[in-house]
Amino acid sequence: MIKIEKRNDVTPSIYFLTPILAIFLTLFGGGIIFYVLGFNPIEALKFFFITPISDLYGFSELLVKATPLCLIAIGLSFCFKSNNWNIGAEGQLIFGGIVGGGVALLFYGHDGFYVLPIIILSGAIGGMIFAMIPAVLKTYFNTNEILVSLMLVYVAKLLLDYLVVGPWSNPEGFNFPETRQFSESARMPILFDGLRIHAGIFITLITVFLSWLILYKTYLGFQIKVSGLSLKTAKYAGYKGKTMIIIVFMISGACAGLAGVGEITGPIGQLHRNISPDYGFTAIIVAFLGRLNPVGIIFASLVVALTYLGAETAQIFLQIPKYTGQVFQGMILFFLLGSDYLLFFKIKFLGLKKNEL
Amino acid sequence: MYKNFLRYIISALFLLGLSVQANADFKVGFVYVGPTGDHGWTYQHDEGRKAVEAAGIKTTYVESVPEGADAERVIRQLAQSGHDLIFTTSFGYMDPTNKVAKDFPNVKFEHATGYKREHSNVSTYSARFYEGRTLLGHMAGKMTKTNVIGYIASFPIPEVIRGINAMTLAAQKVNPDIKTKIVWVFTWYDPGKESEAAQALIDQGADIIMQHTDSTAPVQVAEKAGVWSFGQASDMQRFAPKSILTSIIDDWAPYYVERSIAARDGTWKQQDTWHGLKEGMVAMAPYNSAMGSDLVKEVEQLQKDLASGKTHSFTGPIYDQKGNILVAEGSVADDGMLAGMNVYVKGVEGDIPQ
Repeated sequence: MIKIEKRNDVTPSIYFLTPILAIFLTLFGGGIIFYVLGFNPIEALKFFFITPISDLYGFSELLVKATPLCLIAIGLSFCFKSNNWNIGAEGQLIFGGIVGGGVALLFYGHDGFYVLPIIILSGAIGGMIFAMIPAVLKTYFNTNEILVSLMLVYVAKLLLDYLVVGPWSNPEGFNFPETRQFSESARMPILFDGLRIHAGIFITLITVFLSWLILYKTYLGFQIKVSGLSLKTAKYAGYKGKTMIIIVFMISGACAGLAGVGEITGPIGQLHRNISPDYGFTAIIVAFLGRLNPVGIIFASLVVALTYLGAETAQIFLQIPKYTGQVFQGMILFFLLGSDYLLFFKIKFLGLKKNEL
Repeated sequence: MYKNFLRYIISALFLLGLSVQANADFKVGFVYVGPTGDHGWTYQHDEGRKAVEAAGIKTTYVESVPEGADAERVIRQLAQSGHDLIFTTSFGYMDPTNKVAKDFPNVKFEHATGYKREHSNVSTYSARFYEGRTLLGHMAGKMTKTNVIGYIASFPIPEVIRGINAMTLAAQKVNPDIKTKIVWVFTWYDPGKESEAAQALIDQGADIIMQHTDSTAPVQVAEKAGVWSFGQASDMQRFAPKSILTSIIDDWAPYYVERSIAARDGTWKQQDTWHGLKEGMVAMAPYNSAMGSDLVKEVEQLQKDLASGKTHSFTGPIYDQKGNILVAEGSVADDGMLAGMNVYVKGVEGDIPQ
């Protein structure tokens, strides 16, 4: 007989240490995989996790990659904390990119300090509006937000396809599915010559600070947490559930929209069909790995960003297939959920009792 | 002060990278847009890479590199890690390739299917796939019973429109009644969408299916429906043994070997390459004997004539859909016109999506 019992003695320190444990287990599991594939595990792990950030350029790339992940995950933490399952951050990112990109094209050839802030703001609003669709449908028509938000990802993708192929395609671009390169005034300022790290990182850091403020220092944050822990309590306390659902989706969508606009005005510089390599989905892993905590999410986004970079260097130097990066992301989530289970539940092995036979 | 200090560090790092690169063995890097196992576009580039390796030159590749923000980092990493020549094998790498090339003047870059050569160390290359399409058109015109040719197209770029036109012109030459029906799928690789498109075309009466996309799905649908088909990019015969009449093969190997050796020996120069049947960058898979030995002989002769230059895929008179003359009788389209082609010829149904 196996008996599963709930533990009541989970301390906060252990709760925040398990993600680190999950990362170490992933390293260990990854080492075994490399060994089975015939690589020296220590060397492979070195190329995977150390080589990519061993110089300034690599470190800047890590931040470039982590910026959108962190931003989206922060937004998602508002939804997830309050039991709202927004799976469509990818769509909100793309829609934010579309709106921001449209404004950037509108300002094509304009100079002026006001251009970039307007683009960034419109991107955030775009993502926000797109996220409100599942929220409003959920609150007023009782639809399932998981399905609606997920299906809207494809709507956003197809809309982007349509725009870059048709009305917004570069007039001098031989019909290739992409817009013009945005004007210099519509681009995120680069922080250091020769590196790609851009001002978007400040937006992310400000967002992290603001979300910490909202989540831990305001009444709204308290409501979000209570609703997440017990919906019944929240109702009993008289919180306006509907308004809160819409607000968390708006925050989440705005963050995803900011991430989208940061990508197109930062490293990409135009709209095309591949503005995001599924950041919106990967950010779900980041949010949970970071324990839905703003500071935790910063570290989690760096770790997950590193798995992307590592997969590239491992392929360049050792010809390890690039998909190992995704295997690592999967393993991190697997070990995290596994150790969570053991953290919250006790498994007791009991002998078989006679009367049970 | 601080900024200057950073600059020194960065330039020191670059110099370090360059000096390492000068001492190390000659290496060639490849950036692929898809997985090496796609049996189409990337697969053929990887075959080319293997030929370079067989010629005794070290190679490296990175597969499935998205055409977004990641491409620049991967190209830069290859340049920084001592690769002397880098092939970037998808259109979407055009701007990142030129950007990295600026920072690594001693590394050579080759970008496939693009048109920007902003620095002296960037070359571009592509193949005259349309010559293969001319052969396909000839076979299609002869083999069709319904006089409807189904064509699955990816994006309305000149390369794809050129293929549609070359095929239609050749088919009209042997069968003036044919019509070309097109479905745009707006993807290079999506087996699901490509299957649906093939089925839709067959339902509209097409008994010949060809595609300018990379998966094997269309030929498999054609095989099931019992209509003729053509493979694209690589020899797809084994995926539809009865239905496939031939495949257009992108054979990058000779070019990759030639350019790699040139770069190693210091004779590499910037150029814009557009090779076809003559140089072997476009090759044809064995012809299906089901089309009869007479037709096979005809097509083989046409292939020789295209390769020798005796016949040109775009020989006048050529008219657009409205009947305006595009190429006058007795002349052939020049490369400039081919490179920017954005109108259909007479006989193609529908409009180019704008």
